[in-house]
Amino acid sequence: MTEAKKEIKVTGNERPKIGVYICHCGVNIGGVVSVPDLVEYAKTLPNVEVAQEYKFFCSDVGQKIIKGDIEAGLVNRVVVAACSPRMHEPTFRITCKEAGLNQFLFEMANIREHSTWVHMRDPEGAYEIAKDHIRMAIAKARELKPLEVQKVKVEPSCLIIGGGVAGMNAALDLATEGYKVYLVEKTPTIGGHMAQLDKTFPTMDCSSCILTPKMSEVSREKNIELLTYSEVVEVSGFIGNFEVTILKKPHYVDQEKCTGCGVCVDYCPVVVGNEFDLGLATRKAIYIPFPQAVPGQYTIDMDNCIKCGICARIDVCEPEAINYDDKPEYLKIKVGTIIVATGWDLYDPTELKQYGYGRYPNVITGLQMERLLSSFGPVIGKPVRPSDLKEPHSIAFLQCVGSRNFREGGNKYCSRVCCMYATKQARQYKEKHPDADIYIFYMDIRAFGKGYEEFYESAGQNYGINFMRGRIAEVIEDDNHNIIIRAEDTLLQQPIELTVDLFILSCGLEPRADADIITSLLRIQRSADGFFLEAHPKLRPVDTLTEGIFIAGVAQGPKDIPDAVAQAKGAASSAATLMAQGEVEIEPFFAVVRPERCIGCGMCVENCAYGAIELVEDRRFGTVAKINEALCKGCGACSGNCRCSAIDIIGFTGEQIFSIIMGGEL
Amino acid sequence: MSKVQTQSEQSKDKKQWEPKIIAFLCNWCSYAGADLAGVSRIQYPSNIRIVRVPCSGRINPFFIIKSLLRGWDGVVVSGCHPGDCHYISGNLVARRRFAILQDLLTLFGIDPDRVTFMWSSASEGDRFATLIKKVTNNVKKLGPNKKFEPEW
Repeated sequence: MTEAKKEIKVTGNERPKIGVYICHCGVNIGGVVSVPDLVEYAKTLPNVEVAQEYKFFCSDVGQKIIKGDIEAGLVNRVVVAACSPRMHEPTFRITCKEAGLNQFLFEMANIREHSTWVHMRDPEGAYEIAKDHIRMAIAKARELKPLEVQKVKVEPSCLIIGGGVAGMNAALDLATEGYKVYLVEKTPTIGGHMAQLDKTFPTMDCSSCILTPKMSEVSREKNIELLTYSEVVEVSGFIGNFEVTILKKPHYVDQEKCTGCGVCVDYCPVVVGNEFDLGLATRKAIYIPFPQAVPGQYTIDMDNCIKCGICARIDVCEPEAINYDDKPEYLKIKVGTIIVATGWDLYDPTELKQYGYGRYPNVITGLQMERLLSSFGPVIGKPVRPSDLKEPHSIAFLQCVGSRNFREGGNKYCSRVCCMYATKQARQYKEKHPDADIYIFYMDIRAFGKGYEEFYESAGQNYGINFMRGRIAEVIEDDNHNIIIRAEDTLLQQPIELTVDLFILSCGLEPRADADIITSLLRIQRSADGFFLEAHPKLRPVDTLTEGIFIAGVAQGPKDIPDAVAQAKGAASSAATLMAQGEVEIEPFFAVVRPERCIGCGMCVENCAYGAIELVEDRRFGTVAKINEALCKGCGACSGNCRCSAIDIIGFTGEQIFSIIMGGEL
Repeated sequence: MSKVQTQSEQSKDKKQWEPKIIAFLCNWCSYAGADLAGVSRIQYPSNIRIVRVPCSGRINPFFIIKSLLRGWDGVVVSGCHPGDCHYISGNLVARRRFAILQDLLTLFGIDPDRVTFMWSSASEGDRFATLIKKVTNNVKKLGPNKKFEPEW
């Protein structure tokens, strides 16, 4: 192609000719510091051949300016002073490459995020920083050497952590495209929280009617290896080549032999609270979480099993599936990509003592109400109040429990689903009990989705649900366990007292309690609210900062079912994009040893977290360290500790860093 | 070049002395955290000059000593929180190294407060800003780094 023709040969030893391109970024940079002054300043610096300014260098026109200078042979090193390299480094690397210059002869000076944005009220300080950052980037640019990009293969397989509605949709998409999918779910069944719901807003679709077919589709799909009751315990490797260890917890029931007949349940003498029904119903020690569970084989909960042996009797379990000696299994797999769809936990309102949850029997959470309304729930869709099992005549909902709370207890963010689920539950109850009195105490109603506002309007207009604007100050209980609510109606500006039969707390969504385990296993980041952090809030919403790992569903932040599914499909598509390419380019930033300096002390071997360094005998230099490039990630822990400066990291060499240190104007 | 230097010297004399601090931030947590501080427009003192490195473990104590020799008034090294390192344990390696370096600096007659080792994650823009404020105040109290200035 033409590219080979115009390639500019740079060995790294010739005189550096640096082009400095300073971006206005609209008014983001240009509005705080004087870019023409910076250009004049840059021109005074050694080795700078060209210094230019432009409104937006990331635009096509801006990139053409850079390309023109490269192609004209004016420059052989490029410095762009603009935004963070985390934003546009890839863009300008491609610019250099397209103009025939090695893409690693490029350096960025961050004068937006680290200068004009944080010092917008201190333009002088911002100007000083911009000057120094440009100067330091030029200092590094002088030391840049051309590098060859490395290509690594991407395994055509994906690990999906979490078998809720997000994980299942991602799995189905990838499996249909022909990729191998390992779907790991820690509970005995897939389905996640959506399986607990009765109906979904705003269409009033029956949740299990739309979910159950998906669940069986997942179990039928031959490209999906369904690993329920399993947990990821170890992840190593990198993009395209992750090595994952999965713990398959013992079911104590042979999953091959069990037919799911359920006779054992009738005989099991141990009764415990059912997690799936949030303690509103019971289950036995041998159980499936709910009737439509996939897979439909039974599991013994060994924490509660008394090993009486009844279920193992041949007249109880005909297929002889019970195995008390079942052992945990470890499965090692290799995958190219990972999608994290671990979902959420419900906020526990016990700490908000004023609402009486945990003290008064007739105070329940929204998710418990969902189970009460569910047609396969503990009361078959006919809600009763826990204290006396009577049908409630009056119900009050309180919104934003544990959400939008900037004082003590709870979370600051909006959980996005509570307004709609409370309205939906109220409507559902009103449909069956038209004479019931229903009150929803809210701060603001956030009905933002497609059809949501109409749904909310209709709840007030056609169903006669009372929306009361105001927080509830406290609730107390009378002798009949009725709940007395004291609140202020902020629209009428008067205090109100109200007695209701049932009080429902519309609790928000929280990050999983064990999210930090996933964080350290996968080495991905979390945002301040505790949910997993996306690589860019707008443009890379399903990527993490670790290449090859994606996030989907509520694991990334509160969202409703349509959004969770959309994001799951986005994550699947991003993962498929990588796998379809078959190989990816990675930065060739590895450690290199200068054997003539190495004394073979072995400190680097100890510090390397990847086992990429070993000591070998060299014919000329004796014992020296040797890097295995396939394992090296270029972190530099070896180099930081090397007492002889014998190890260097390409891309962040000692010379480059020294040059930066010396380059700042002091 | 000489013209520029005289200019800056003049401005140095005119204004009150402001410390200059070089900060080595790891690419995955602290640099992203500093970016977030920028995106969120959290203001902090303009004394800091940021250098991106792959990991806090990359920072050889030579770099810190070299920075002080060059005349930087303070040095900051910031990595991911313990347990969150993108490279498994680079930040822990760095922590061990700096614990020793602090003693060495005292031996050199340099106040160890000039060198700060800290953690800040990609989501902690406000924490980053708070820590930078603290570091700047500490270095300001110590005054200019003249230890290695030639005497002639």
